[in-house]
Amino acid sequence: MSEPFLIGDTMTGGYGKGPDILHGCTIAVEKGEIAVIVGPNGAGKSTAMKAVFGMLNVHSGSVRLDGEDITALSPQDRVIKGMGFVPQVRNIFGSMTVEENLEMGAFIRNDDIKQTMEQVYELFPILRDKRNQAAGELSGGQRQQVAVGRALMTQPKVLMLDEPTAGVSPIVMDELFDRIIEVARTGIPILMVEQNARQALEIADKAYVLVQGTNAHTGTGKELLANPEVRASFLGG
Amino acid sequence: MSFSLRNTFLVLFVAGLYVLEGTTDFWIFSGSPDSALKMLNFALISAIMALGVNLQWGFAGLFNVGIMGFVALGGLAAVLISMPPTEGAMAAGGWRVLLGLVMGAATIVLTVLVRAKMPAGTARVLATIILLVGGFFLFRWVFDGGVEGIEAINPALFGNIGGLNFGGENYKDYGWMAIVAWPVGGLFAAAAAWVIGKTALGLRSDYLAIATLGIAEIILAVIKNEDWLSRGVKNVTGLPRPVPYEIDLQNDPGFTEKAASWGLDPMTASTLYVKIGYSLLFTVFLIALLWLAQRALSSPWGRMMRAIRDNETAAEAMGKDVTARHLQIFILGSAICGIAGAMMVTIDGQLTPTTYQPLRFTFLIWVMVIVGGSGNNFGAVLGGFLVWWLWVMVEPLGLWIADVTTAGLDPTNWFAIRMSEFGAHMRLLTMGIVMLLVLRFSPRGLMPEK
Amino acid sequence: MDYLNALVALANFVIVPGLAYGAQLAIGALGVTMIYGVLRFSNFAHGDTMAFGTAITILFTWLFQSWGISLGPLPTALLALPFGIAGCALLVLGTDRVVYKFYRAQKAKPVILVIVSLGVMFVMNGIVRFVIGVRDINFADGERFIISARDFKEMTGLDEGLAIKTTQMITVVVAIIVMALLFYFLNKTRTGKSMRAFSDNEDLALLSGINPERVVLVTWLIVAALATTAGVLYGLDKSFKAFTYFQLLLPIFASAIVGGIGNPVGAIAGGFTIAFAEVTITYAWKKVLTYVMPESLEPDGLVQLLSTDYKFAVSFAILIIVLLFKPTGLFKGQSI
Repeated sequence: MSEPFLIGDTMTGGYGKGPDILHGCTIAVEKGEIAVIVGPNGAGKSTAMKAVFGMLNVHSGSVRLDGEDITALSPQDRVIKGMGFVPQVRNIFGSMTVEENLEMGAFIRNDDIKQTMEQVYELFPILRDKRNQAAGELSGGQRQQVAVGRALMTQPKVLMLDEPTAGVSPIVMDELFDRIIEVARTGIPILMVEQNARQALEIADKAYVLVQGTNAHTGTGKELLANPEVRASFLGG
Repeated sequence: MSFSLRNTFLVLFVAGLYVLEGTTDFWIFSGSPDSALKMLNFALISAIMALGVNLQWGFAGLFNVGIMGFVALGGLAAVLISMPPTEGAMAAGGWRVLLGLVMGAATIVLTVLVRAKMPAGTARVLATIILLVGGFFLFRWVFDGGVEGIEAINPALFGNIGGLNFGGENYKDYGWMAIVAWPVGGLFAAAAAWVIGKTALGLRSDYLAIATLGIAEIILAVIKNEDWLSRGVKNVTGLPRPVPYEIDLQNDPGFTEKAASWGLDPMTASTLYVKIGYSLLFTVFLIALLWLAQRALSSPWGRMMRAIRDNETAAEAMGKDVTARHLQIFILGSAICGIAGAMMVTIDGQLTPTTYQPLRFTFLIWVMVIVGGSGNNFGAVLGGFLVWWLWVMVEPLGLWIADVTTAGLDPTNWFAIRMSEFGAHMRLLTMGIVMLLVLRFSPRGLMPEK
Repeated sequence: MDYLNALVALANFVIVPGLAYGAQLAIGALGVTMIYGVLRFSNFAHGDTMAFGTAITILFTWLFQSWGISLGPLPTALLALPFGIAGCALLVLGTDRVVYKFYRAQKAKPVILVIVSLGVMFVMNGIVRFVIGVRDINFADGERFIISARDFKEMTGLDEGLAIKTTQMITVVVAIIVMALLFYFLNKTRTGKSMRAFSDNEDLALLSGINPERVVLVTWLIVAALATTAGVLYGLDKSFKAFTYFQLLLPIFASAIVGGIGNPVGAIAGGFTIAFAEVTITYAWKKVLTYVMPESLEPDGLVQLLSTDYKFAVSFAILIIVLLFKPTGLFKGQSI
């Protein structure tokens, strides 16, 4: 098997000087695929994602992007390397307009961003209508679209989403998943953490079940959906 | 160096600074025991203020920048308690002023009650406005008349309501009334602290700072302008004192004889006697307050206080009423500042509102607490002594620096002219730099909290 | 009843001075609010920053005057203002370098930064006193009035005069320019937007590749410009005295909080609210009322709600009311 596009390889570490939360955990995403991380509360799903993004101390294992070791880089430098990250909370500039949010997303770029912005508006048409409205005034689902749109503005080579559907209604959640699939179809690999394991597994090409900071199960979304053990413990039978 | 050895050294060092001031005129020291004692007395008062602020900041993390106001209120209490009532003032308008104040308070209480009863809406807003505006005009009408009456009484000498000293003409014989005034000063400050705390505690930490900054300015504006109360900028002088008067001592043959046997002339002996008397009184108060503060903080209440400071969210989750606890300690700390303020007016023998400067009475106390060690009562007291010494000595030090740096320069040189004023400005600069250095390199202060 | 004279008296004693004072407070409050928005603390050294910038401006004004340079009817201080801003910028950037940067790296709690700013206040206060002394300095030159009360009376034939001081006019004009520039910068330029983004959501701004140190640098530069401008305008209108500038801290904080701290529009609204409240409450209304009331109802007192000595009480009272009923301020605060 060739090296995946982005891989956090046997990562062990925790926040600051605190105890280790991850213990030899591996997550990866291939080009053109959606990889999801699921697991029970406190399993370290978000932590694993943040480790890949450089937001915690990984003292053994490595993170590689397109074959390059980026373990020592800061999150900001990883953004420059082509990683887009959408945090779970506080992921928009609430007091700024939708368009300004997108502009800020492209802050590191010095070239013309109009085209990218156009692409984002095509992906999320509602944002075009609300482009001059303060992002903080939008509905939960629309805000998540702004957040994803902002991350897309850097033209990332890989997009990481931390629980994009947290706190939105089931209908909005379905729509968000559709959008995420659309983003993936544009060729951007997506790595995401999801609380709603069943829906996430349905759209996942690759899925990781984490338990207490280690990999419990790995496989395609369909495989894990079919796995009786996974069904029993995470999907309610 | 063990911890207690370090502390012993620090205490001896600071004590040494005061001894040097009293005994040698080398370098910047004056070599006058009188000046050393004066410095000590003010240091004792400052230490009490620092103790009060340390309760608020060190033990509860409350940021009070209105110390000056509480200190000034204490000073007002000294006047209102230890001075004799102005003859005829009550009849001329005193009752009317009191009635006015009661009406003012009643307006506020009534408004609060009405607001509590009425449902929110336009009607309530209207009722509030009508009550407040109507109450205000009524209050002014009653109050102003009274003020006029009082201020008309012999304005060159009085024009104020006076105090509660029942000695009349011989009020100075009742010097102990001054000591009674000290705790009353604490009560005054506590009342003001209650009002501020009720409003600003529980909001973001810097709002309390700004609110206290404001109340201090207002308290001072009241003391400066309400002549009927405090004679304003005309000052109240001749406050009674709890220690004997120098002149009486000098006229006492027993005392002069005793002084002679010590080898002192009566003049020097009497000033030293008076100052030592104050020192002893203040020391008793300081030790008592320190003891109480220590007792309080090792009690369950004190432990809870520190638990709240260290983790407010956790304490709140455990069902502690953080705001109520903060209010308690804020009132206590402010009261201590009020006591110190009353003491200061007593030792000065006069209330001079224009001498209250925030840099001297608010920010200097902060430097004391931070240098001494926030969270440690002994540290705050030590900081009080050390920083007061510095505050006084910086001026001669500045002059010395000015002398050294401008030696050989033409006195009309720009730099020389600027440097000649340097002593006075040096205080602010030094205090600021000391504060910044301690915050940066030793944020826990000289005597850190254990 | 004479409404026209009443109106003129009102304009002369309340509206014109209130506008000028409001503009000064608003620019001061903008500085406080910018620091709060980006650096997240209430800067107690702001009054002394204003004093420092003004002191440098005064020094340059004197220098220009000694060279015989003047702006004709306008005060020379306007010419010296850029130099004052530059001096002030050097001071605040130096302070940030030596003092604040350390605490930023430590992610110190806001209250620690407030205490640190107290120390900075001491030092700046000492520097200002060293540079220019403690005296009251009047440095306004040029034409004193655009229109004096007497000219106005002659022109209109009214009993009441309306005097407009040059400095009042300049204050309002400069304030409008400053505000327009600031809003253009914050809303239209990339750097300005990145500052708003940083103020709104620091973590996300970092993720977007916004350089925090650059944002901080630009903020201090703007603060230096705002503080110096506010200080110079106030000094021209009244006079310069180091201690007065410290005392301005209270109305300026009140303006920023009343408007919603961190919100520039709020700072401006707050500045005018506080200024007009102060002026109307401490103004003796007798004159205006005698014109509008029927003779029988004419007031016998001064009809002054509070003596001018209590002007701080006004800002304070408004501050308390806002804190009690709407702690986020009239406009929603918290971010620029």
